[in-house]
Amino acid sequence: MSFSRLIRTVQLGLKSLMLHKLRSGLTMLGIVFGVFSVIAMLAIGEGASAQAQKQIVALGATNIIVRSIKPVEGSSSDTSQGGTPRYGLLRSDFRRLTKTIPTVLDAIPIRELPREARFLRHTMNCRLVGCTAEYVAINHLGLLKGRFLTDADQQNLANVVVLASDVATKLFPTEDPLGKALQVDSMYYTVIGVTADRTPSAGIGGSLAAQDFNKDLYIPINTFRVRLGDQIFTPKQGGMDSEYVELNQITLSVKTVDDVLKTADAVRGTLEKFHTQKDFAVVVPLELLKQADQLRQIFNIVLGSIAAISLIVGGIGIMNIMLATVTERTREIGIRRALGARQRDIIEQFLTETVVLSGSGGLLGVGLGLMTPYAFLLIRWVTFNFILDTKRGTLSETTRMFSEMQPTVALWSLPLAFGISVGIGILFGLYPAHAAAKLDPIEALRHE
Amino acid sequence: MKLAAQVVDLTKFYDLGPAIPVAGANDELQYAPIAANEGRILVKALRGVSIDFPEGDFVAVMGSSGSGKSTLLNVLGGLDRPTTGHYVLGGEDVSQMDDVELSHVRNQKIGFIFQSYNLIMQYTVLENIELPLQYRPGYPALSAADHEWCLNLAKKVGLGDRLDHRPFQLSGGQQQRVAVARSMVNDPEIILADEPTGNLDSATGIEIMEMLWALNREGRTIIMVTHEHDIAEWAKRQIVMRDGLVHKETRTRPVHDTSDPVPHRRMASANV
Ligand SMILES: Nc1ncnc2c1ncn2[C@@H]1O[C@H](COP(=O)(O)OP(=O)(O)O)[C@@H](O)[C@H]1O
Ligand SMILES: [Mg+2]
Repeated sequence: MSFSRLIRTVQLGLKSLMLHKLRSGLTMLGIVFGVFSVIAMLAIGEGASAQAQKQIVALGATNIIVRSIKPVEGSSSDTSQGGTPRYGLLRSDFRRLTKTIPTVLDAIPIRELPREARFLRHTMNCRLVGCTAEYVAINHLGLLKGRFLTDADQQNLANVVVLASDVATKLFPTEDPLGKALQVDSMYYTVIGVTADRTPSAGIGGSLAAQDFNKDLYIPINTFRVRLGDQIFTPKQGGMDSEYVELNQITLSVKTVDDVLKTADAVRGTLEKFHTQKDFAVVVPLELLKQADQLRQIFNIVLGSIAAISLIVGGIGIMNIMLATVTERTREIGIRRALGARQRDIIEQFLTETVVLSGSGGLLGVGLGLMTPYAFLLIRWVTFNFILDTKRGTLSETTRMFSEMQPTVALWSLPLAFGISVGIGILFGLYPAHAAAKLDPIEALRHE
Repeated sequence: MKLAAQVVDLTKFYDLGPAIPVAGANDELQYAPIAANEGRILVKALRGVSIDFPEGDFVAVMGSSGSGKSTLLNVLGGLDRPTTGHYVLGGEDVSQMDDVELSHVRNQKIGFIFQSYNLIMQYTVLENIELPLQYRPGYPALSAADHEWCLNLAKKVGLGDRLDHRPFQLSGGQQQRVAVARSMVNDPEIILADEPTGNLDSATGIEIMEMLWALNREGRTIIMVTHEHDIAEWAKRQIVMRDGLVHKETRTRPVHDTSDPVPHRRMASANV
């Protein structure tokens, strides 16, 4: 079909469609909403996965995180220290990992405990984190004020602390925290710095629970060991509970993303050799990233299929109308055939008409689809203000996710959805077009 | 004399399916056009028709209902294929062409005028006249010359001031004029008119006949089906069909006669 002829056929199609504006419009609506829902569903899927990805990337794609985990109750636990359960990563593990695996670039040992911090009459439940100078680099942590821990602080067993931003604002609402003495338990630490805000991570994979880094207090890990020790007593009903843990976490970093997986394997292998019980877990953000990507694909396929069903319904609507149109225009078909139209010409005419109908519906649907983020904002606003009677502070994990999610219209979904709408037009237009072409010209001319 | 069209021994049978035996009935049906043949019922709409249509002739085909007029016209118009026999149009045997070839023949060699005008409702007068150009071989775009040509045809049938009207805004006579103009667009070998005045009052019918006669005087070959004797008088030759055969044929005027065809008008003008 030459271009000028295509233009002519399209014009012809438009003319016939304009003859029944309401009918054409209503038929088109089916496609409009089908295309819209394809784009919207994919946008929501993208938004959800983008959020998960952001969190995983925040953990660092070139990092490997090894966490101590309490072995399952009942399994043989090492109780050499007089009934105190003893588990988790050891300082010897840390030395072994950094010495024997050449791809490890940096490593930080981490110790952490929930503790109450106090300054004058302000108190706050914080997480006391013992770490080293490299912590700030590996976690891409910014500094708001002062400095972070240094190697010298480690060696000197300095009583210094770096505050996360929330802690600084809560405990020092009016004054500058730098140089002030912060009390944790019975000990005092001099504040030397404040870190920048850091988005909390959601729980990803069993061993890495949701973390809120904004309630952290960072002290040198050597100081932690000297001041608090490895054996920690926690008061419980009728006495004291105690457990012995040397390190809660070791964060390793490698040079490139390519090194991540084999290093993770080496880490697992090394640790398994020296641990008789399953008291550690290796978390690889890169693997999580890949899982999240797979999850996104599944999400997209499921949501996309649901949307595709609405497109098919739209297509059936088009086919229905086109069949009615063919019957209604039998006479016209007869006239065209008598004046020299081949069967192919009739097929092309009706097919073009269907495709113009579904294609314009598709274009409108794409336009609507671009509005998805705004539509989503509206739905969220209505949900939070009229349906879920919740204050922001009391949100559960899922509602928090819903409240922070930003649907992003995937650019590739626009031509895809439009293409599908055209495809639907062709698919559902073929039968009516063939029915029109197969009419006997003589009978078609006789048709009232 | 050069022939515009010629049919030789044309038959057209419609197969109505297997014959159902009826107790007590004759094995052979007596009525000629319907016959049981090898256990099937055949309607013999045409049973061997041979007619020559010289270039420039104006033929009226008459006959009672069911005599085969429409069937003949459908074959002549390339809308239907004969069962047996030959149909030569402009020197080419078109009797067993396939649909694509026949479409081409309809577009290039035949001009149709129907009883019920058969215009396309969503098109303007001009667009209706241009319609056959849409299906020209090679599908060229409409040129300025094409446009001019269609405009002239519209003026020729007296619709120069109605170009943008749509069929429902026109009277029956005006619609039939559009059809006449449309039939001329591709400069056909023959013009086929199926009861062109059947839906018109007699005065308007005469206007249309004047127009057909004018076309014939220019040398166009016209084959017209009609019931009405005074309409048939406009033609130069009258063919009467009966039971699928040519029953009677009369030539009232020679092929190249250009005199006024209507006797009473001739007399009226002689009296002045
Ligand atoms: N499609 C068809 N199927 C069966 N019989 C047909 C068909 N078309 C015409 N006939 C029969 O053929 C005969 C001739 O019909 P037709 O050519 O329409 O006659 P006319 O136009 O002279 O009235 C009639 O008996 C008619 O019933
Ligand atoms: Mg008839």
